[in-house]
Amino acid sequence: MRLQVKNISKKFKAKSNYVGALDQVSLDVKSGEFICLLGPSGCGKSTLLNLIAGLEAPDQGEIYSRGKIGLMFQEAALFPWLKVKDNVGFGLKMQKVHRPEIAEQVDKYLSMMHLSAFAEAYPHELSGGMKQRAALARTLILNPDLLLMDEPFAALDAQTRERLYGDLQKIWQETKKTIIFVTHNVREAVCLGDRVEVFTARPGKIKKEFKINLSRPRNLNDVAVAQISNEIMQELKEEIDKVAAEMADYKKHQND
Amino acid sequence: MTKVDLKRKGRKLIIKIIFLLFLLLIWWLLYKIHFWPAWLFPSPRQVFKTLIKGFANHTFIWGILISMRRLFIGFGFALLVGSFVGFLLAKVKIINETVGFLVLGLQTLPSICWLPLALLWFGLNEKAIIFVVIMGSIMSMTIAMESAVKNIPPLFIRAGKMLGVQGWQLFCHVIFPAILPSFITGIKQGWSFAWRSLMSGEMLFITLGLGQLLMIGRQLNDMSQVMAVMLVIIMIGIIFDKLIFGVMENSVRRKWGLK
Ligand SMILES: Nc1ncnc2c1ncn2[C@@H]1O[C@H](COP(=O)(O)OP(=O)(O)O)[C@@H](O)[C@H]1O
Ligand SMILES: [Mg+2]
Repeated sequence: MRLQVKNISKKFKAKSNYVGALDQVSLDVKSGEFICLLGPSGCGKSTLLNLIAGLEAPDQGEIYSRGKIGLMFQEAALFPWLKVKDNVGFGLKMQKVHRPEIAEQVDKYLSMMHLSAFAEAYPHELSGGMKQRAALARTLILNPDLLLMDEPFAALDAQTRERLYGDLQKIWQETKKTIIFVTHNVREAVCLGDRVEVFTARPGKIKKEFKINLSRPRNLNDVAVAQISNEIMQELKEEIDKVAAEMADYKKHQND
Repeated sequence: MTKVDLKRKGRKLIIKIIFLLFLLLIWWLLYKIHFWPAWLFPSPRQVFKTLIKGFANHTFIWGILISMRRLFIGFGFALLVGSFVGFLLAKVKIINETVGFLVLGLQTLPSICWLPLALLWFGLNEKAIIFVVIMGSIMSMTIAMESAVKNIPPLFIRAGKMLGVQGWQLFCHVIFPAILPSFITGIKQGWSFAWRSLMSGEMLFITLGLGQLLMIGRQLNDMSQVMAVMLVIIMIGIIFDKLIFGVMENSVRRKWGLK
């Protein structure tokens, strides 16, 4: 699915003033592309995904997309009152799909995510990585054309995360979905993306685009991945420094 | 439940039973040494006999049924209306600023203070006592529902929307299950307010029910009746609080992993 984001701006009302979250962001995503958005925290990455998903409206600019959109949050956001299988089947149930059909689909996606043994478990019985896989199954089962992922692995330990990079690349290659993946981890972005868009500090703008022409599947510790990550890190560091300076400034004001 | 859990539960139960037997023993000893005159302090046996007699001649059963009927009507109404108003308080700002303010004010009024007003409005009848039960629990139900709805993590709502919930589905499949744990706790608390209001109401004006059985005992100088009815009231409290609501609360909390 093709996605066009044109000159999007978004402000939020803070206590006394407005905080600019996004400033004139444009992005063109081709069908089947894997895009990573990389930027310091607070630069408006989540806001951009929410706008694309239609959970919020932009102040300016336009977004063109056709087809179904799925969004995965940083926290798994599974419903604690439903068993894993019912969480995964939730979207189909809302569409009033027949029960046997739902059960069949749920089985398929649970086994794809290696969660079949946990179908009857409640979310609190799962580990962090399993929760994210269940959340991914819950999103994928609706067969979205565009999959938005907002730092989905940020809260996981390194080992679990690396395994999920592999899983995600495999799923992407098999299903040919368009994916926009948000992260503040440079290596993660390089490991996963066809393109990496580096954002400036708030208000977020796209500062620079990097095309990653490495063969897949990629591994976090590949030399090439490390090299490109270094290059991107230079770019990103300026922005992180800006955020740090702003924070120091804020603290100083508070102490005055 | 695992074997270890069962063992632990069994141990707790045995300790409780031993403690109760110990209390009975002290009671009996105090009776035996005539610490207080027998008509003020009957033996466990007398109270037990009165209890059996009360059930055998159906006076206690009628008392329980009459009180329960009032409780179910009054609390049922408070539950429905209170939850609805509480939901509106959480969702509509202007209602919160007006009705919310009123509810908070009225909540400070002990429920029995509504009795004189109820007697003047409705007369000495069933309506007055049910009114007191309603007023005793409706504010607490309203406030419980309001805070339950306000505390739903916004993430659940957003997740629901991304999974395609529409219209009523949002309420039935996301909002309602999301508030269930705090809502059950709210019901439990509301019920205990209703129960207390009912007992104070029944004791203050003469009409059948458990509260009145208690007052009859006092008028007849029949201490064993007073104590027997108190025991019945305690048992009903335990059945609702610990068994019915407690079990509901625990099963939901276990599902969520809150325990
Ligand atoms: N609903 C909101 N209300 C007010 N400010 C918000 C809201 N959402 C985000 N912001 C602000 O907008 C900026 C960008 O937020 P976000 O998109 O979450 O950043 P990121 O995901 O890149 O960390 C932050 O400064 C944040 O405080
Ligand atoms: Mg974010």
